[in-house]
Amino acid sequence: MMVLTVGSAIVALEAKEIVYGAIGLAGSLFGVAALFFLLDAPYVAVFQIAVYIGAVAVLILFTVMLVREEKWAKEAPATSLTKIAGALTGLAITIALAVAAVDTNLSQYTTISNSATFVNIGQLISTGDAPILLTLALVLAASVVGALTLSRADREEPGK
Amino acid sequence: MNSLSDFMLVSAMLFGIGVYGLVTKRNALRLLFAVEIMINAANLNFIAFGQYLPFEGSAQTALPNAFGQTFVLFSIALAAAEAAVILAIVVVAYRLHRDVDVSELKSLEG
Repeated sequence: MMVLTVGSAIVALEAKEIVYGAIGLAGSLFGVAALFFLLDAPYVAVFQIAVYIGAVAVLILFTVMLVREEKWAKEAPATSLTKIAGALTGLAITIALAVAAVDTNLSQYTTISNSATFVNIGQLISTGDAPILLTLALVLAASVVGALTLSRADREEPGK
Repeated sequence: MNSLSDFMLVSAMLFGIGVYGLVTKRNALRLLFAVEIMINAANLNFIAFGQYLPFEGSAQTALPNAFGQTFVLFSIALAAAEAAVILAIVVVAYRLHRDVDVSELKSLEG
């Protein structure tokens, strides 16, 4: 699972064709959903599959395929200096976080102590976190309207 | 693959890959991929900590701790909205500039 998740993430960024990159991203998201299953959080895992793979990955794939032009795949090759700097930065952050994870006493936690069901999540969302839920609904609606407006205003452009 | 630090290792690797992508890539879509990977790394950490660490408050309320899962649900919904908006912006930028290379989008600079 770990290999699937991390390997697909690398494929997503390094694949030559951006379509394969999108498929790699979907694989990585699927791996994270599988890790959620392992963590005894099936509701979040199914949510992740539905939203990320069902909506976001498909949205990206359709956008890439509908606006299929050479320039989308084309990418100015990064200079080797940038590449080395990026690899070093990513590696440094990974090592720092990994050392922090291993060096502390967090590895003593080997059993899952909280197994909240979707009933508990529902109670939490609909009582204490209800304002967040409502705000999130407004944000989602605003973002959808914003995205539609952006693409629609652009379509009128050539007619002017 | 059954202790908290294992999941933290995966999360650290994903986050490092995301940072690498953000630094090296110039294609706007690749940047979106990198950001999504980093968001997933953060979500994984939230769930892992929420599931493994004991929660004192749950003894009084007799409810299992669902805060980590709830937070990740909100985070996933926000990430979906963000991806939709970014894709719309990328499509518009492409139609205006005929390019998705972020270093070529000079008109967006201040």
